[in-house]
Amino acid sequence: MIDAILHTLWTVIKIVAILLPLIISVAYLTLAERKVIGSMQVRVGPNRVGWQGLLQPFADMFKLMTKEVIVPTNSSRFLFLTAPILSLAPALAAWAVVPFDDGLVLADVNAGLLYILAMTSIGVYGVIIAGWASNSKYAFLGAMRSAAQIVAYEIAMGFALIGVLMIAGSLNLGDIVRAQSGGFFSWFLLPLLPLAVVYFISGVAETNRAPFDVAEGESEIVAGFHVDYSGMAFAVFFLAEYANMIMIAALTSIMFLGGWLSPIDGFGDGIHWFLIKTAFCLFLFLWFRATFPRYRYDQIMRLGWKVFIPVTIVWIAVVGFAVYFELGPWFQVRANGI
Amino acid sequence: MTGSLKSYVKTFALWELLKGMRLTGKYFVSKGITIQYPEEKTPQSHRFRGLHALRRYPNGEERCIACKLCEAVCPALAITIDSEQRADNTRRTTRYDIDLFKCIFCGFCEEACPVDSIVETRIFEYHFENRGEQIMTKDKLLAIGDKYEEQIAADRSADSAFR
Repeated sequence: MIDAILHTLWTVIKIVAILLPLIISVAYLTLAERKVIGSMQVRVGPNRVGWQGLLQPFADMFKLMTKEVIVPTNSSRFLFLTAPILSLAPALAAWAVVPFDDGLVLADVNAGLLYILAMTSIGVYGVIIAGWASNSKYAFLGAMRSAAQIVAYEIAMGFALIGVLMIAGSLNLGDIVRAQSGGFFSWFLLPLLPLAVVYFISGVAETNRAPFDVAEGESEIVAGFHVDYSGMAFAVFFLAEYANMIMIAALTSIMFLGGWLSPIDGFGDGIHWFLIKTAFCLFLFLWFRATFPRYRYDQIMRLGWKVFIPVTIVWIAVVGFAVYFELGPWFQVRANGI
Repeated sequence: MTGSLKSYVKTFALWELLKGMRLTGKYFVSKGITIQYPEEKTPQSHRFRGLHALRRYPNGEERCIACKLCEAVCPALAITIDSEQRADNTRRTTRYDIDLFKCIFCGFCEEACPVDSIVETRIFEYHFENRGEQIMTKDKLLAIGDKYEEQIAADRSADSAFR
């Protein structure tokens, strides 16, 4: 009995130890986004609250917290209030299997990759339910667009990960990272370059970020699925979106950039490399947003169905061939490792 | 055929996208050009044409002789002057109004003035809180002239070679 309580308590402590830094990084990611995009657009970005605007996220947070949560009269009240939670919970739950360092993981499950795919897909229910429950044209359009987009890109994303697990020979995220040991040229980035690119771009689409942000599309459908949300309910959506961004960045660094491994073999492996790689991927998110105009809706569909899926299928075939015949420096070592 | 092949290769290498990212990346690393206005200010020319002022001679006598050249030259009809003969038989203004809502800050009044009385100063940060305050009366203009005489004189002498 006491063991069970201690175990639960210990798990809760570990969860807090992951979530607290995560939420703080979400807060500072919003500031970093405004600063980076500002700099790319030859602006300054927020610099009034605190030194160089460092307290801006907290000012925003307090503003949202003190605002009223308006529930539209004709909305479906229960679903309306459930939707933000449904979008945030999977975004946070997915962090359970992310290995920060060798052995530093909350749940070292063997089917970690499948769990991640499941969690990131569930996130879209929050968007769809929010769009439906708001009982508003714009919100509904946003939800529809989001649903179609996620379906299209989920497939390409799944295919991209199939390539990873074919050469890693494992669904466990820790094992996938360990399979990439041996310096920069052993990372999966180079042998799976097309898949890495497809995965990352699909990740951008999956998180509804620019240039794939048609679900929000300020200029077309006001704010898409969260038009009717205000105050804390809106803040939760915001939190979920940025938590998902960090999630995709972390996964890209685990699958393709060797997670906690140093680019030089055995030279200072550790959590700092994981954080640096994740930060770099997040920077790419912001860079994309500052650079590219929003895709037209049919272009998004075309890219997802007619480009990404064929490309991933072709490359999976190439990887399968290479793994079977143990070709090249990468596939040979991997095949022996399995 | 080779053209379309080339375009395929370019598309799959994300060439155009990388070019766009190179541009934004260049701006990201380049130094900002923003001037944080209330704390920092842009350099100002000594020929800056801002708020008007009426000047005095060093002995305290006002320069304006009510010749009304400024009133005549003003393209926006912003200047209104009334004059009288003072006790010492000199002609002086009794009223010298500039309507700042009409004024276009062209500087013609300053150019027309034979005694360098009406000038435009470097002041450009001012506001009105009540209706009618935009009329700069003789008193207000003289007060500005008295307050900024040093600066005004320095600016005139800096530009004297070109007049």
